[in-house]
Amino acid sequence: MAPLMNLVRLRGFPILQQLHLEERMLRTSSANWCIINDGTTSPAIVMGLSGKVAELVEAKSVLRDHIPVIRRFTGGGTVIVDQGTIFVTLICNKDDVSDVQPFPRPIMSWSGQLYGEVFKGLADFHLRENDYVFGDRKFGGNAQSITKHRWVHHTSFLWDYEVKNMSYLKLPTKAPEYRLTRDHTDFVCRMKEYLPRSEFIERTIKAIEAQFSVKSINLESTDIPSSSEFVHTTRLLTEQELLDACTIQT
Amino acid sequence: MACRQFWASRAASYLRLSLFNRTFSSVVKDLKYCDSHEWVKVDGKSATVGITDHAQDHLGDVVYVELPEVGKSVTQGESFGAVESVKATSDINSPVSGKVVEVNEELNSSPGLVNSSPYKDGWIIKVEVSDSGELNNLMDSEQYSKFCEEEDSKH
Repeated sequence: MAPLMNLVRLRGFPILQQLHLEERMLRTSSANWCIINDGTTSPAIVMGLSGKVAELVEAKSVLRDHIPVIRRFTGGGTVIVDQGTIFVTLICNKDDVSDVQPFPRPIMSWSGQLYGEVFKGLADFHLRENDYVFGDRKFGGNAQSITKHRWVHHTSFLWDYEVKNMSYLKLPTKAPEYRLTRDHTDFVCRMKEYLPRSEFIERTIKAIEAQFSVKSINLESTDIPSSSEFVHTTRLLTEQELLDACTIQT
Repeated sequence: MACRQFWASRAASYLRLSLFNRTFSSVVKDLKYCDSHEWVKVDGKSATVGITDHAQDHLGDVVYVELPEVGKSVTQGESFGAVESVKATSDINSPVSGKVVEVNEELNSSPGLVNSSPYKDGWIIKVEVSDSGELNNLMDSEQYSKFCEEEDSKH
């Protein structure tokens, strides 16, 4: 019998709250969860756990335009997310995906196969150096967090993006090899050029249903502890931290 | 590691032996191990903790180690820090209970020591052990090697 996967569908949910929810689900729940958030409220920059803001973000512009900068609990790189971003998160008990070793590369490979099913027949989809690409253009960025018995794999999909938002991000010092010397606009592509938003979400749910018994749950019905009862790793950077980054950058 | 695997597979092929998907990860004889792939070296009430060769090989290049504060309490089997590799943060769990008395600050500038020297220069924390009896819950090097082989053979 296929293991149960609780599906929580959100729209326009703030990304900081989503990441906090994911952390609590990973650490306090024993269920499998899929969160699909169809666009977040307003632009935010999200760095991985070890991200150094002075190296990754144009601090002066970010302060000037009041763009929140978040450090998340998972690894990986820096993204700018907004209403054009679709988030899909999978939080699994390792024993419910027992043919996948609970290490980064096997989990990444498993996710690549899952999304291979989503885009089958539609586009030249690949998992390439931990990114989801059509051809050689990135449209999805991944990150994970692995605990003793559970793991989370989450993806931010570029449904659409504003070119001007990319200017808040510096070119990372560590870039995948396939990027070559391409700047943002030549490196990424928009999912909307390939399939409708709703079709992507429905295809994703269908791919998950091939491996799990999916049950839709309202956010209010989840028995996850409230934010106030948990100490999160994910946090919003302070104005002082951004000012310090400005100082380093001048 | 890749070199050892290459010559082993060449030898196996020449001798027409089946080559299982073995890790060829190294273990150190006098250490104790837990099933989440951490090791501990105990010297009286003092313990040094790190992650195993099997773990570092499966994790990939470590780019960051989140170290606990000195003075923090640790509990056997529970997370005290994390490593980042290949876009993932992975918990490091303590094989012993006690208090952190030292952390390996070198890992702040050289996180790759966890990969290149997992049992020596890549040590992560030192702990003042509160319950030596808990060591009986851990595996010796032979048991741990077998455990890793079984884990890898399932996948």
